[in-house]
Amino acid sequence: MLVLQAIIEGVLVGGFYALMAAGLTLVFGVMDIVNFAIGALIVLGAYLSYSLTIHFHLDPFVSLIFTTPLMTALGMFIYVFLIKPIKTNKVVMSLLTMFAVATLIEGILDICYNSGFVQIHASYINNSLRIGKLNFPLIYVLSFLLSAFLLSCLYFVTYRTKFGRALRASMQNPVAARLVGIDTDRVSMITLGIGIGLAAIGGMIFGTTNAFNASSSYDIISRLLVIVILGGFGSVGGALVAAIFMLVIQDVVAVVWSPVWGSTAFYMILMVVLLVRPQGLFGKKGVRAQ
Amino acid sequence: MHISRFGSVASRHKVQLGAALSAVALAVTGLAVPNATAAPKPITIGISVSLSGDFSGDGKATQQGYKIWATWQNAHGGILGRPVVLKFLSDASSPTQVVTNYQKFITSDKVDFVLGPYSTKLTKPASDIANRYHYVMLEGIGGGPSVFSRGLKNVFDVSASATYQLVTYAKWLAATQKPQPIAYATMDDPFIQPMVDFAKAYLDKKGFTEAVYKVYPAETTDFSPIASAVAASGAKIAILGTMPPDGYAMIQNFIQAKYNPEQLILASGPDQGADFTKSVGVTNTEGIMVPNTWIPTSNYPGNKDMVALYIKTYGGDINSINADVPEAFAAGQVLAQAVNKVGSTSNVKLQAYLHSGAKFTSVQGPVQFAADGENSGAAPYVFQWQKGQYVPVLPLGGPDKVSPIETLRPAWGTTPGM
Repeated sequence: MLVLQAIIEGVLVGGFYALMAAGLTLVFGVMDIVNFAIGALIVLGAYLSYSLTIHFHLDPFVSLIFTTPLMTALGMFIYVFLIKPIKTNKVVMSLLTMFAVATLIEGILDICYNSGFVQIHASYINNSLRIGKLNFPLIYVLSFLLSAFLLSCLYFVTYRTKFGRALRASMQNPVAARLVGIDTDRVSMITLGIGIGLAAIGGMIFGTTNAFNASSSYDIISRLLVIVILGGFGSVGGALVAAIFMLVIQDVVAVVWSPVWGSTAFYMILMVVLLVRPQGLFGKKGVRAQ
Repeated sequence: MHISRFGSVASRHKVQLGAALSAVALAVTGLAVPNATAAPKPITIGISVSLSGDFSGDGKATQQGYKIWATWQNAHGGILGRPVVLKFLSDASSPTQVVTNYQKFITSDKVDFVLGPYSTKLTKPASDIANRYHYVMLEGIGGGPSVFSRGLKNVFDVSASATYQLVTYAKWLAATQKPQPIAYATMDDPFIQPMVDFAKAYLDKKGFTEAVYKVYPAETTDFSPIASAVAASGAKIAILGTMPPDGYAMIQNFIQAKYNPEQLILASGPDQGADFTKSVGVTNTEGIMVPNTWIPTSNYPGNKDMVALYIKTYGGDINSINADVPEAFAAGQVLAQAVNKVGSTSNVKLQAYLHSGAKFTSVQGPVQFAADGENSGAAPYVFQWQKGQYVPVLPLGGPDKVSPIETLRPAWGTTPGM
């Protein structure tokens, strides 16, 4: 029963990790940028939701109506004013730029909120659904449903819309995409906006399930990078599968054996997968080799 | 023109005039001729603090403690009659950076003394560097056993060491309760884990059994499987080796799992005052315990001044003072007492004096150093949240008055009077 409970929790928690990782993988797919600021942006999203719940008594999920557009606009701003002007050595310089953005965000949050830990609250956060002996924490269920819905939307946008075609073309071959008239700058700007908008949602969920402060980003970024590497850079579906796979493995090993070995077991599997498929589970080999 | 070996007459006059003017200028600025009214040279103390990274919350509280101590010490004549000036550098919670910082303090800034950083993890490399340059490292927040097991003679902890912090509770438990299964979960940390392990070893000897024992890595962010394992054990007593955010998440997971242990003690987290009540909700705090080295209302020397100074400087109330503040303050107090006694800034003499068995006072209580640098005079307390208040409940029969302990926690969300 404990193993089954661990699997359920792994799937539920994996859902919102997938959502956070989706933004990271999309941005890399389109722009060749590893968004090193994703952890800090998730914490920023958590603080924005926290502020709205404290000062305006909004429900955390309702707060997303305000924080998601705001963070999306921030993503577009970062692209236009910080990423787009980079003309040479774009991969390395954009990596450094995002690192600087992360440091700046952490510093500002530290000044604004001090370094004490806070957590987002709502009346239902400590509730859970019980089916037989199995326990389903309500916040995890709601977060999973929201993540599944948003990932479905993301999939629809990517594979069923004109913008999605432009996005995929930019991912596969940006030079050719430009030649056929796709405004790859606009695609990149919107993609970074979406990626950072998703961080607002991931941040709210993170903030309801964990106490956090400005420095909490360090524990998030390493996990998300691992998920994206396992799933394959650029693959939203890969991020979903990898996130759930990682959390289930870790949780099951944690309850059956030891939490210390949870991460180790996962990394061992990751090594084997990468030996067989260096591009990750769903990454396309050589797709960026133009 | 006759040229003597001192130069020409004219040039000699110029030199004399210049020398006279220089002497006047230097005398006016007080640089050349020391006099009785000249300000004494400050005592400089280098401290690395974690202002970002994993320990930033505690790091800032540590810095507050040191700053308040310096203010208080200067108001009480400084050290050796000289004002105390603190130099801070942030280590970003990094064991690598903390080494760089202390190296800079000692070799570049040439500070008179150093005081310890936050955490066992950082105190170990920091004390190695101090030892290399024959500097004493007094500290109050790095009491993991691994700090003292390396044979260093220069590191001294003014607080109760990690090994004994949960033993006060374990002794009370063994004396008052029948042996029963206990659930343990602890972070893999050089300070936290020994606290739990030492208490567990004590209780094992007294016939208590292990319902579950889980060690989790420091970077864990998903605590649900650990909390589920503890909850599934059904143990009525849970002893958790947590840092604050882990403890808050674990409590949330317990509430969600409807696991309601009769006794719940966490290594840290409930000692964080308002941060704790805001994070878990004040109605969920009833009966939760935590070990601590300091009683906010105690009459130990300097304590009332420290509390008043803290509230004046940083606001809040007595319950909002982080436990790191008195730990840092106490390290400064002991440094001042020892240096004043030694009568010089020699770290070699200071180290010999600290090893002499001398007794010191601090806001946390008496301090006397064992051969390995641990404080053999410390008496760890246990605090419990009762009706929204953070009150000392153990040890019984100690020097301080304690409240009766609540042996049965109520259901989650039912703090009386809330």
